[in-house]
Amino acid sequence: MSGHATYEFKNPVVRWIEERLPIFSVIRGQAIDFPTPRNLNYWWTFGGIAATMLVVQILTGIVLVMHYTPHVSLAFDSVEHIMRDVNYGWLLRWLHANGASFFFIAVYIHMFRGLYYGSYKSPREVLWMIGVIIFIAMMATAFMGYVLPWGQMSYWGAVVITNLFSAFPVVGETIVQWLWGGFSVDNPTLQRFFSLHYLLPFVLAALVFLHIWALHVVGNNNPDGIDVKSEEDTLPFHPYYTMKDLYAILIFFLVYLGFVFYSPWYLGHSINFAPANPLSTPAHIVPEWYFLPQYAMLRAIPDKLGGVLVMFGSLIILLFLPWLDTSKVRSNRYRPLGKIFFWLFVIACLTLGIAGSQPAEGAWLTVARIATAFYFAYFLVILPLLGKIERPKPMPATITEAVLSKH
Amino acid sequence: MSTTTAQDVTRRDFLYIATGTVGAVGTALALWPFIDQMNPDASVLALASTEFDLAPLQPGQGVTIKWRGKPVFIRHRTEEEIKKAKETPLAELKDPIARNANLPPDAPATDENRVTDGTGKVNPKYLVQIGICTHLGCVPLGEAGDYHGWFCPCHGSHYDEAGRIRKGPAPRNLDIPPYKYISDTKIVIG
Amino acid sequence: MMKKILKMLATAALGFGLMTGPALASGGEQKNAPDYDFSFEGPFGTFDRAQLQRGWEVFRQVCSSCHSLKYLRFRNLAEPGGPEFTVEQAKAFAAQYEVQDGPNEEGEMFMRPARLSDAFPSPYPNEEAAKAANNGALPPDLSLIVKAREGWYYPWYISPFIKLVKGNGGAEYVRALISGYEEAPHGEEKEGLNYNPYFPGHWIAMPPPLAGEDVEYLDGTPNTIEQEATDVAAFLAWVSMPKMEERKKIGFMTLLYLLVFALLMFMVKHAIWRNVKH
Repeated sequence: MSGHATYEFKNPVVRWIEERLPIFSVIRGQAIDFPTPRNLNYWWTFGGIAATMLVVQILTGIVLVMHYTPHVSLAFDSVEHIMRDVNYGWLLRWLHANGASFFFIAVYIHMFRGLYYGSYKSPREVLWMIGVIIFIAMMATAFMGYVLPWGQMSYWGAVVITNLFSAFPVVGETIVQWLWGGFSVDNPTLQRFFSLHYLLPFVLAALVFLHIWALHVVGNNNPDGIDVKSEEDTLPFHPYYTMKDLYAILIFFLVYLGFVFYSPWYLGHSINFAPANPLSTPAHIVPEWYFLPQYAMLRAIPDKLGGVLVMFGSLIILLFLPWLDTSKVRSNRYRPLGKIFFWLFVIACLTLGIAGSQPAEGAWLTVARIATAFYFAYFLVILPLLGKIERPKPMPATITEAVLSKH
Repeated sequence: MSTTTAQDVTRRDFLYIATGTVGAVGTALALWPFIDQMNPDASVLALASTEFDLAPLQPGQGVTIKWRGKPVFIRHRTEEEIKKAKETPLAELKDPIARNANLPPDAPATDENRVTDGTGKVNPKYLVQIGICTHLGCVPLGEAGDYHGWFCPCHGSHYDEAGRIRKGPAPRNLDIPPYKYISDTKIVIG
Repeated sequence: MMKKILKMLATAALGFGLMTGPALASGGEQKNAPDYDFSFEGPFGTFDRAQLQRGWEVFRQVCSSCHSLKYLRFRNLAEPGGPEFTVEQAKAFAAQYEVQDGPNEEGEMFMRPARLSDAFPSPYPNEEAAKAANNGALPPDLSLIVKAREGWYYPWYISPFIKLVKGNGGAEYVRALISGYEEAPHGEEKEGLNYNPYFPGHWIAMPPPLAGEDVEYLDGTPNTIEQEATDVAAFLAWVSMPKMEERKKIGFMTLLYLLVFALLMFMVKHAIWRNVKH
């Protein structure tokens, strides 16, 4: 699928470079002629959208750093300086803050798409696992970025999340002090978070490169989950998917910029407009919306260490998904039971998100526990068993056949 | 399946070119905030004025104050310095223009034009100038050089008693910042 | 048109929230601020200049005796998108306040009249002094108060929709709080604290700040307590989001552009894929 065609270039300069560094044939082969299944639907555009959001975050981040000051006594002021004095500072700040949310929206949809269509199955295990690592790295990046404005929620979010590590027996306290660089979240903490928040996106970009490399070795999965059998099943990436992705990116940007310009702090917390105060905790400590499901799982477990393990476990388990799902059929299009349980899983995740935003007491605690149990059961019980008992629907022989039967 | 006619092709080409143009224009406009954020911001622009009281300066005494992050030389000149500066013929000057932000850009570099705030008030006692060599931006030393004005140690530019370039690589006289007398002995720079 | 639809949605959402809200709100202790149609709400809303100018009078004659407004610079008063005083007016306001500067040549700090580039001076030299002067309670800085507070508390299944249409209600909260003091429930009076149903926990250290007819309005607007509270809430909303008008203006043009571009891209995509079965 990634067969290297040898290209002849007419332009002598291009040819001269090509003989020394075959960059033009790589671009041609991987970004233009790359054979892509012809039946990809719009859910497949979210990979490109997520990559675009990473670029937006890096660009806006680099210019924000030109005005931001990572010091406990100046961080909040410097953000207000950006909002009030820097030319277009308010725009760049809101692009970056909302960009994080919309990066997560794109990545979550991208992940659920992979889950539904079985994109993690052989031969795409490594592709999926790199994706999971990207997800974890971007969670770390987003968490540290949220600390930087040094508002009340920034500060107390940092306190709560770093304290997670104190749950580990014996070494817990030592780890937490090492993370803090002191005996509380303070200036050393802010400065190291700033440093890492600047570093990690470039690590992310490198991981995305590996992710795309792995994709181009094994080729795209597709909504029918059938292997590409002939050239007839594919279309060149350009112009078919470049233009489709671009169109999807524009629609996504309409929503994203709608929030940036008309409800820029809708997805945040009001209390973060109050500067950090180590002596008084706000009434409700809630992470950003994209961490709510994991937060709900953390609080669902009555034991401190147990909660931490369950929360990290909910991410680590994704790495093993390719081997937990025993079904030979990739796409849930042809899995009547798989489809039902997939949607139940989506509901469980959304429920966890809502439960994470509510005080951890009463009915919400029960709901969070049931949803947490289902989350893990889906990976550890349901997917392994379904492959054994489910009878898949008859599948078309080729992608072309699947496409033609629709028309 | 329809067959593509020539008309279809031109219409499609027009669509592609129009879309490409719209995209290119939008990208260019979107770049502007990323460029403009590096320009001086509102707080920097607002900090542009500094007050200074000239009264404590004795004849022959000079001070350096900071205005917009730059050194400003303020010197109470002696009678002798004023006399020498006034007697220098304009023809001897390397740069015949006053370089006074309070005067029109073509005002000649007479001593009067170097010590006025542009409102008609000429006070030859006090010389106010930006202390940055017009060659490559070093800060010249006071009471030094062949003309006993200022001397830039970086590349050897000599300025006279009125801060006018006389010798060396600097192309222009020292710049006079915008300033106004708000009383007989008080000025606001900027 | 859009405004009308949004308003209808908001009314429906509010109605639904009001019906179900009290029944479900945990403990029912938090009283929602009454909704108010500020001129700056909605996608095309702008600040009412005269209202901001009145609000500024309320702030400086009343609030500023205890509260700081440290992110407001006097020059902001004359900038577009705000109360839009003339530069001369803003300079005159600044000159009425003293700020600390220095050190001078003798190494002493000194006081001088404020200039346009100066921030609005704090009534207290530091937090401890502010607490000491106010029975241990710290009067918060008001620069961001409208963004930092929320005005309504609806159940989880309706709250996100109300907030999307009506915002967080920070300005409504400020307005309701300073004009909404009530008699403490009989027998529950607390020394040094005042009863206010809009304040989280209901007991607030700040005594009722407005009495009505205490701020002189030059434009002849009746200075009722409600009017003063509304005006100062609008003023503080502007201080919280001084770039709001620019944001909405650029936003409108950007979204319009994106809409056209997306439509063209749709046609391009359609033209390319027209003859391909997929």
